[in-house]
Amino acid sequence: MSGLDTLIEGVLLGGVYALFALGLSLIFGIMRLVNLAHGDLILLAAYLVLSATTALGVSLVASTLLVVVVMFVLGFLLQRLVLERVIGDDILPPLLVTFGLSIVIQNGLLLTYGADSRRIQAGAFESMSIAIAPGVSVGLAPLLALLTAIVAVALMQLIFYQTSLGRAFRATADNPQIAQLMGIDERSVYAIAVGLSLAVSVVAAITFGIRANFDPSIGPARLLYAFEAVIIGGMGSLWGTLAGGIVLGLAQAIGARINPEWQILAGHLAFLAVLMVRPRGLFPSGRP
Amino acid sequence: MTALLSVSALDAFYGDFQALFGIDFELEQGEAVAVIGANGAGKSTFLKSLAGLVRNRPDAIRLAGRDIGDSGAAKVVRLGLALVPEGRQLFRSLSVEENLLVGAYGGDRRSPWDLQSVYRMFPVLQERRRSSVTVLSGGQQQMVAIGRALMSNPSVLLCDEISLGLAPIIVEDIYRMLQQIRDNGTGIIVVEQDIARALRSTDRFYCLQEGRVTLAGTPADVDQQAIRSAYFGM
Repeated sequence: MSGLDTLIEGVLLGGVYALFALGLSLIFGIMRLVNLAHGDLILLAAYLVLSATTALGVSLVASTLLVVVVMFVLGFLLQRLVLERVIGDDILPPLLVTFGLSIVIQNGLLLTYGADSRRIQAGAFESMSIAIAPGVSVGLAPLLALLTAIVAVALMQLIFYQTSLGRAFRATADNPQIAQLMGIDERSVYAIAVGLSLAVSVVAAITFGIRANFDPSIGPARLLYAFEAVIIGGMGSLWGTLAGGIVLGLAQAIGARINPEWQILAGHLAFLAVLMVRPRGLFPSGRP
Repeated sequence: MTALLSVSALDAFYGDFQALFGIDFELEQGEAVAVIGANGAGKSTFLKSLAGLVRNRPDAIRLAGRDIGDSGAAKVVRLGLALVPEGRQLFRSLSVEENLLVGAYGGDRRSPWDLQSVYRMFPVLQERRRSSVTVLSGGQQQMVAIGRALMSNPSVLLCDEISLGLAPIIVEDIYRMLQQIRDNGTGIIVVEQDIARALRSTDRFYCLQEGRVTLAGTPADVDQQAIRSAYFGM
């Protein structure tokens, strides 16, 4: 049964990675923008939720909704006031700006919250588990994280393929200049995309923050997993990103099973293996 | 009586390079006008200026009594001026129907064009509404591009080289559609390399050469020799 345990654990871990990667995948798909501050923005969201539950004393659900709104507005403004100025044909300036932003957020968090490890408290829910087969039980929190990831991808997919906003996203991704001719204001489409990306990150922050301790310095490491999930899945494909997260989670769980020291290494090896066999990822989107 | 669209003393620049010099131009409701000229004469720049892709003096371009010279493309289309871009430029990751729907993004100017009426004019598009635009023939792609522009219910439709790369019989079809679009009161500006084709279906023409209007009039009143010299500058 322990083999099955490992697989389940890997898939559940993958759900968390997929949530990390979803926001990254979203803005890369629409704007071709690589957001190096994504991991730190997730951490920022985690700290905001922490503050809302402890300082304001609101429930976890209420603080989640509050922080989702805050992060959406933050993303919108971040695009309009900062990123918009550097986005263009040259991909280097946005990389440098988001890299700088990553450092600013890390140090801002360090200044505000200190270097101690924190954790989001979810009460008894954290340790609840359900039996899915005789002798096999899974934690409710990680299971919910995976389900949330699936729902989040399905929701994004719905927005992308069934709404006028989604068509505007995809049209702008195809050709921003021609999209303007359709009456699509590229600037607000991009700002909404970044806002959406950060709003999704709040969900990632919570599933992660309940599962493990965090401190202000761990953002870049999360970013690395998110990148790997996006690239394994194929750039620009949201379901691919979910699959990528699960591949990464499975590899890490299996690696850890063989030797606890190999967990992270196994994830990176799986990433390299996918790159060698399918350089464009498992489910590359149609565009070159 | 003022024209639906009027352009006065339009100068257009790409950085330091001046592409258009003092262009004056008018279009009435339901009128079709051809803009002809050799490669590099400034035809595409002229259309881009109208569509808001190249910014100009506010009062250089007036649409229905409103200055739009410095408005961006997203705003201009909402005000009623739509461009069918050269080379069709469809959204490759969108289906036929999605391409048409994106055309309606710019607000809710109602009649007469919607999915139903566009499909009525181009029935083949309805059959292929779920297809990717990349698998359509060139003529069908051009129909999507025209339908997409119509979905914004423009009062002026700009057509940039719509016959390029299409078989003559398809070109005739497309021009028949343009006639139908005019009958709904939409003004049309056609930019073509194929002068004869453009002049057959338009009421008036402007000939551009090196960024200036060198000849303007109605096709019937001007002889071939005059057009040729205005076109080539010889």
